[in-house]
Amino acid sequence: MNPNMYVRWAIRIVIIVALALAPFLLNTFRLSLLSEILILGLAAVSLSVLVGVTGLPSLGHAAFYGLGGYAAGLLSVHATDSAILGLLVAAVVGIIFAIPAGWLSVRTTGIVFLMLSLAFAELLFSLSQSLRWLTGGSDGLAGIRNPVLLPGIELSTVPSRYYYIAAVVVVVYIMVRRFVDSPFGHALSGINSNALRMDALGYNVSHYRRVAYSVAGVVGAVAGALNVQNARFVAPENFGFMTSAFLLVMVILGGVKRLHGALAGAAILVVARDELSSRFDSWELGLGLILVLVIYFLPGGVASIVERIAAPFKKRREPRATPLGTDESVVSR
Amino acid sequence: MIEILFTFLNGLGRGLLLFTMAAGLSLVFGLMSVLNLAHGSLLLLGGYIAVMLASGAGLAAALPVALIAGAAFGAVLYFAVKPVMNRGHLDQGLLTLGIAFIFADVAKHFWGNDVYLPAPPEILRGSVGVLGMQYPVYRLFVIVAAAAIALVIFVVVERTRLGAIVRAAVADKQMVAALGYRISFIMGGVFAGAAALAAIGGVIGAPVIGVRPGLDTEMLILALVVVVVGGLGSLRGALVGALLIGQIQTLGVALLPELSSFLVFGVMALVLLVKPTGLFGKVNR
Repeated sequence: MNPNMYVRWAIRIVIIVALALAPFLLNTFRLSLLSEILILGLAAVSLSVLVGVTGLPSLGHAAFYGLGGYAAGLLSVHATDSAILGLLVAAVVGIIFAIPAGWLSVRTTGIVFLMLSLAFAELLFSLSQSLRWLTGGSDGLAGIRNPVLLPGIELSTVPSRYYYIAAVVVVVYIMVRRFVDSPFGHALSGINSNALRMDALGYNVSHYRRVAYSVAGVVGAVAGALNVQNARFVAPENFGFMTSAFLLVMVILGGVKRLHGALAGAAILVVARDELSSRFDSWELGLGLILVLVIYFLPGGVASIVERIAAPFKKRREPRATPLGTDESVVSR
Repeated sequence: MIEILFTFLNGLGRGLLLFTMAAGLSLVFGLMSVLNLAHGSLLLLGGYIAVMLASGAGLAAALPVALIAGAAFGAVLYFAVKPVMNRGHLDQGLLTLGIAFIFADVAKHFWGNDVYLPAPPEILRGSVGVLGMQYPVYRLFVIVAAAAIALVIFVVVERTRLGAIVRAAVADKQMVAALGYRISFIMGGVFAGAAALAAIGGVIGAPVIGVRPGLDTEMLILALVVVVVGGLGSLRGALVGALLIGQIQTLGVALLPELSSFLVFGVMALVLLVKPTGLFGKVNR
């Protein structure tokens, strides 16, 4: 192991210990905020797979967040209060929607992809409002029970739900991380920086994009299910434009290039919302200012701060000469 | 039959109003490939100017005020976006979204959560008989005024020297710069003009659509739909798209109230899937 790896493991252990100790250090209100950060963070991480890794800008990720939420909520109201089953059903519903939606969406990129994703989310939004008998319409779905982890272990308190959420988020995050670091994930990054070249190298670009879309969708649906199991309420707003926009803002705030940036973005957004709306009556002004400042002064997002600080201490590598004819500007046109 | 005509006229007015927004959005995108997510705020600005002036000076006085305020806001937006011009759609979009958040919050601070319906001028109140039915005069005025604005946009862009320069800049910025025109002037001017149009649309539409928080996002999303359905950067596409979406929306509300937004987004998804560049788009960006 090189020294870098020790640092990484140290950071990982500190984070796990901090998450484990949080219920003893934070009061109930702050703990529920932390739960919310973890849930939204996971949703933002899933969006980051699409936006940051694959380079497909989605303004409709709430489609999955809402689908997962309604799936978990309806399961709890009509069938079982099993927490794990709720997550599984949400994941299945997520993939059932992601396969056709992904197949249609990845034929496009850029703004058109963005608008298609928005269209799908808005379609689900209006469906969730009009299918009153199923979803309770705009009043939302009430009567969702406390999730039950194992028979007899009901997650009825904030700390118990927190531990459940933290465990799920950590496990799923590691899975997403491994996916992104796999050869498949590297191919996705390649497609992000130059789809034409990857195509010429023999990669089936559409197939890779479809898989990334499904992975993002499934994880987004799981995050939505966690949210509903935690809040025990789901309404059409979960599908709304604002939900999608906030998730995208989290990804950009944290830094698109890094997966953990999305978690940082979620933390900033939730804390800022809480702090600002308790001091002033609204918080969009603060959010807007944060957004504008980050885009001007911190193009890599919050996650790039660490690297900026670390940069002067790292050994500088000599820039390698570019072999003739592989100049990026020539190839990418 | 009469109901259908009524709905048709409502849809026509709504579509033409949408065009005042979508035209600017499309031109700005075509010229700078900047997706201005603060475009809805401009309409809201116009709407609140109408609310402030309608009770005192009258709605007509709101038009020049909205023109100037909108253009000024547009110029501010242009200078805000300029430093990140070469940073990709996502950063520009989120920057303008941040500005939209700020504006929405400031507006809410001043005007609260109420829905305002400013009174139209005295002569435009009441209703007239149109083909055997009573139709509000002001709604007819909206159709006529918005159609006139659309006509002016087309004449300026398609038939004047200024418009020719703008169209040339959309096609090839470097070439226009080489011919001696200051590209930054053209871009700033288009931004300001597009913003002023949206603000004026807000004034004219205010007595019909109701000025309220959230109107900015609602109309922005519709205008975005119009622009991508018509084809990004195409003025003709924006007009066709606006008329189409206006009709679908009002028809949807009249026939299937539950599913009206379902129809709008369904049509958009359908168009994009069949023709990803939009109805009149040429280049897939």
